[in-house]
Amino acid sequence: MFEAIAFYLFAFLTISMFFIAVTTSQALYALTALAAGMIFISAFFFILGADFLGAIQIVVYSGAVMALYAFGMMFFDTTREVKEKQGNKYIVVGLSTIAAVLVVLIFAAPLVSNNITALYPVIEGAGNTQEVGMVLFTKYLIPFEVAAVMLLVAMIAGIVLAGKKMDLSITLMNDAEINEIKTEQTKKVLS
Amino acid sequence: MEIGLNHYLVLSTILFAIGLVGVMRRKNLLLLFFATEILLNSVNIAFAAISHFYGDLTGQMFAFFVIAIAASEVAVGLGLLIVWHKRHGNIDLDTLSTMKG
Repeated sequence: MFEAIAFYLFAFLTISMFFIAVTTSQALYALTALAAGMIFISAFFFILGADFLGAIQIVVYSGAVMALYAFGMMFFDTTREVKEKQGNKYIVVGLSTIAAVLVVLIFAAPLVSNNITALYPVIEGAGNTQEVGMVLFTKYLIPFEVAAVMLLVAMIAGIVLAGKKMDLSITLMNDAEINEIKTEQTKKVLS
Repeated sequence: MEIGLNHYLVLSTILFAIGLVGVMRRKNLLLLFFATEILLNSVNIAFAAISHFYGDLTGQMFAFFVIAIAASEVAVGLGLLIVWHKRHGNIDLDTLSTMKG
């Protein structure tokens, strides 16, 4: 009973927040609604017993990703109203058809999946975090390391693209201009 | 009333459809990124629900990797967006239709 009430409450809240995020014309409202929706989604993870995933959802999405978006919004002119796309009708019809087929497949999927057995069954007597650690560092160790390398690459890419000389734009200059800046800097250091 | 796997999958589908609508109607690239975040999150709900109802931890593992991919996508995407904004002064999707330097 409690689970049903929590599920419907958070389903309503999440759907309304994400609906606001995709329909509003103010970028700040969209950002705030998206952050609220992310936190509400973590409630589903807690209901489903995936406590660690819920905590990660709050930390990564509401903390890191939303902070990055808020940081990015400072660069862009987001105060004016966002223009909407006048959509191509064929694309809209095609994507709607794909979405409808997706719904049918999701309803039909449990019918054919009765013989599914757990590959890595839940370990008895261990908390969710402990189970996750056991599976992640035995069966999924290599994907975990690859994900770590991917995050490192993404971090370096972000720093290189956005970090250098925020007032100037190194990526748009030619080599002569960059050398000019470098010589100016060395002059300042020497003098 | 018992909440089953279907409830979560339907919720995930609704959120995925909302994200698809966002991808279709948004012109601003930043708001297009928001819509892709909604898509990734809706899939995460489906993974966690299947993981719970089948007693298998693989779904949660995939949800972790999806979160990691989303985080790196945001870092690289925002960097590229900042470079684009410096060069063109706007982040509308229509200006991206030509990729000549």
